[in-house]
Amino acid sequence: MNNRASRSRTSDKFMTGVFYCVGGFFVLLLVVLVGYIVIKGFADMDPSFLSFNREGIGNQLFNTIYLVFLSLVICVPLGVAAGIYMAEYAKPGKLTKFIRICIETLSSLPSIVVGLFGYLVFLLMTGATWNLLAGAAAVSILCLPLITTTTEDAFRALPDSYREGGLALGTTHWQTIIHVLLPACVGRIITGVILAAGRGFGEAAALLYTAGQSTNINWSNWWNLTSPTCPLNPLRPGETLALHIWTMRTEGSLYANSTEIANFSAAVLVLLVFAFSLLARYISRRMAKKASGQ
Amino acid sequence: MEQTKPAARDKKSGAPHMVRKEYLGRVIVTICGLFIIVLTLAIGAFLVYKGIGTFTVYHHSVFEFLFSSDWNPSSSGSSGGGTVGAAIFIFGSLITCGLALLIATPFSLAAAIFITQISPKLGSTVIQPTIEIFAGIPSVVYGWVGLTILVPFIRDVFHARMGGYSVLAAAIVLAVMIAPTITTVSADAIRGVPGMYLEASYGLGSTRWQAIYKVMVPSALPGIVTGIVLGLSRAFGEALAVAMVIGKTRAFPSSLLSPTTNLTSAIASDMGNTADGSEHNMALWTMALLLLLISMLFIILIHFISGRKEASEK
Repeated sequence: MNNRASRSRTSDKFMTGVFYCVGGFFVLLLVVLVGYIVIKGFADMDPSFLSFNREGIGNQLFNTIYLVFLSLVICVPLGVAAGIYMAEYAKPGKLTKFIRICIETLSSLPSIVVGLFGYLVFLLMTGATWNLLAGAAAVSILCLPLITTTTEDAFRALPDSYREGGLALGTTHWQTIIHVLLPACVGRIITGVILAAGRGFGEAAALLYTAGQSTNINWSNWWNLTSPTCPLNPLRPGETLALHIWTMRTEGSLYANSTEIANFSAAVLVLLVFAFSLLARYISRRMAKKASGQ
Repeated sequence: MEQTKPAARDKKSGAPHMVRKEYLGRVIVTICGLFIIVLTLAIGAFLVYKGIGTFTVYHHSVFEFLFSSDWNPSSSGSSGGGTVGAAIFIFGSLITCGLALLIATPFSLAAAIFITQISPKLGSTVIQPTIEIFAGIPSVVYGWVGLTILVPFIRDVFHARMGGYSVLAAAIVLAVMIAPTITTVSADAIRGVPGMYLEASYGLGSTRWQAIYKVMVPSALPGIVTGIVLGLSRAFGEALAVAMVIGKTRAFPSSLLSPTTNLTSAIASDMGNTADGSEHNMALWTMALLLLLISMLFIILIHFISGRKEASEK
């Protein structure tokens, strides 16, 4: 009996050690991985990579940010409105349940499937060529469920007294939503939007056949929106940073030092995504502090 | 309930613009809510419309598509006459995802237990943020890492044919990608186990490890399985990271170190090279439809698991 108890104690200590090892392994793996990506990217860097032309990744960086901006313009209003509907107006029942299943389906769709849907609807059916807007639309399909769920959760987390207070002042339900509830949720919604943007930056499979794998920008051509080389024209092909890594590593033999460009792109992309997740953390922490009255 | 009352009262007190706004706002957000249904159904409908072409236009059987490995579709014109057996692609997806799951599950489960039971403090300050950062790294960067570190490593250590492009490389890349999903969902599941379970097992004189593997993990099992299914679903749909390291060789893999191909890499690399409406193109759309069906199957599975959990709690 005693023997058994001491054996259990030994195995308990052993397994505790194993769990610490696994935890340490994850941390170590992340440090090594990120360190490798960043160091490798900047060690092989050539100043020409920074330029905004064929040799550099400036155009791709601009496309990435512009595309994410466009996709947020599409999916934030839609997602927030749908979230408000789910939290404030939807009555429990079959329809609401079905919307929930749809949100779940959308959020688990493989991004390449969404990319193909975008390719079919925005390119094949309209007869357009690859363009940023189609890419942005595909990315917004991927971000929509995230923003909808975040908004709904944020609204549901508010104490009922907010709603009652608004209504007691004689406002309509809609006025309560716009003037009381939405402002109170804005921090959480922004966190969700930033997370969605982070996902958009890294998205590649959905853009393969929508935004295209080439880019050609004429930087002196800012305001001629219809020109295919105008940076702000949403209907021009626009390869993003994530896709650039793919292109450079799979069919990049056409370019000189494509491997180095891919390395540098990966480093920049990872830093960009990091910056956004740190920002999301910072905002959500600040909002939590503000909400608790400190 | 409470939302209709104030509107009705305002009508009486003569504030029509407020009422109009109330209804306008309500209509707008309702449309946005319904839009989600329309969008989901549209994606499903368009993929079915394109995907069944293989069977309706080119008259191949579903059986041939799923189980034959004879893949030689004609990629131009609308004559057809080729073969569309996608078994190699399907098998490639299955084997890489299965292996990835085998690698990722023990590590993820251990991490989840660490976060919730061993050291919640270290867990919430160090491990959880680490896992979140893993989840945030773009998939194409994982593919890049696989191509830059893993493939040369496998080539040099195991002297694999095809220079390291292999099932193993794809499985490891996928395992790292799905580990955050499994860890997060499992940790939530373990956290959801009532605290008295743990107290009761400690009261019976169990050690922490005994409490974990005899009480906590079994009670959290439905949640853990949900996490595993979610991870599997993510692995199935991953395209570019796998396509970069799998070798894209159309043959059944003879070992873990041999290259093969899978559904997503076939779509990613061939869609652009086939004429719209050709047999090859249609077959790729059918693959996309298959991916959609698999991801829906996983959702149904998750609902089934959580439904059973609720039933057992009653």
